[in-house]
Amino acid sequence: MGLTIKISDIWKEYDGNPVLKDCSVSFEKSGIYVLMGHNGSGKSTFLRICSLLEEPEKGEVNYFSGQELMKKDMGLKRRITLVLPGVGIFNATVSSNMAYGLRIRGLDNKEISERVDRYLDLLGLFHKREQNALTLSSGERQRLGIARAMVIEPDILFLDEPTASVDLGNSEIIEEMILNMKKKGQPTVIITTHDVSQAHRLADSLLTLKEGRIVSYE
Amino acid sequence: MTTIIDSFGKAFFLILNLDRELLGIIFLSIKVSGTALVVATLTGLPIGALLGFKKFSLKGLIISILNTFMGLPPVVVGLFVYLLLSRSGPLGFMGLLYSPTAMIIAQTILAFPIVTSLSHSAIVNVDPVIRQAAMTLGATPSQVSFAIVSEARYGIMSGIIAGFGRVMAEVGAILIVGGNIAGYTRVMTTTIALETDKGNFELALALGIILLTISLIINAVLHLVQKKGMVRKNRWV
Repeated sequence: MGLTIKISDIWKEYDGNPVLKDCSVSFEKSGIYVLMGHNGSGKSTFLRICSLLEEPEKGEVNYFSGQELMKKDMGLKRRITLVLPGVGIFNATVSSNMAYGLRIRGLDNKEISERVDRYLDLLGLFHKREQNALTLSSGERQRLGIARAMVIEPDILFLDEPTASVDLGNSEIIEEMILNMKKKGQPTVIITTHDVSQAHRLADSLLTLKEGRIVSYE
Repeated sequence: MTTIIDSFGKAFFLILNLDRELLGIIFLSIKVSGTALVVATLTGLPIGALLGFKKFSLKGLIISILNTFMGLPPVVVGLFVYLLLSRSGPLGFMGLLYSPTAMIIAQTILAFPIVTSLSHSAIVNVDPVIRQAAMTLGATPSQVSFAIVSEARYGIMSGIIAGFGRVMAEVGAILIVGGNIAGYTRVMTTTIALETDKGNFELALALGIILLTISLIINAVLHLVQKKGMVRKNRWV
């Protein structure tokens, strides 16, 4: 059964400066949620808290499977994933990067091989699978980061500004990858962007953050 | 210049004739320094990683001490180990003074701060986003630590190579605790010191050339392992 998220009154501050102020929202349907806002509006922090990478000072992030409240344990954390703006590519081949999440989950080599090849093909990086991932262009690295998250087939995929530092060509490829996920209805994608036109192209639901508060949800 | 050329000739002559005494000295040098390096790595790498991953009081002091000890004078280490192992010392009952084991202990003390400090430095210099990436992909805390150590592998390897350079070239400590006993604790550096004292410069220089050649070969092998390790690491099975 798919996961739903309920966020209640989260408050987060850094060095006494509030970044998120009593944000509450629920992500109950599958689809693509786009979180919009200017730089510094708190989008990335919101995503990091939703994906359980950080804890809020106040408020709660709860995951449900049907009506059942999930424990925030490794089992839940392995059903969600976040692609950071810097991606965090390992100094290893493209294949090795792709396989990381599968290997730590203990999948057998045959399945790892099959999934990695399938997603690399989808990504258009199959021919670079034995190349060191650090030699890829920034756009290719971003695509690899998304594919590395997709290959583990999470229930919820968080993408923090996935096209912020890539060229137009790579941006289009990434948008196509996201739209393909939308067609399949899996996984639920929660994405931040400050590009209004991109937000409207991708979104099933659109949220706007302003100065740490959710000001609209449509 | 003639002495240097003669020394090269003598070095080749000694090697080609497989002089048993010389081979014994070379093997003991490699055994003592190699064992010291392995022990220093097996203890220093986990401690370096612990210092990199954990926050605790006195951590800064420990790192400062390690950094200071990277430049420990070998004769001071030799004296310290001598006092520990001498008959009247706390470990005198073990009867280790003037043995290869005493030399290994002294060289381990010299290599340990280098391996530990450079491993720690390599680990803390890994981009923080690597840690977060591993976490977001579902890694457990130990898997996250392993991913960071894996990213730091070239820096760690540099620390091991630096440690090897330190112990292989060292003479002061092992001379004090080993005693330079022919056929038992005599290694290349102590032999060079002895032959120089005797005015036998050709043999001393020949041994120096052999020592440099061995260091070059071992460093080249370590470098190849480093490169091969990268290729192996790059495969995902």
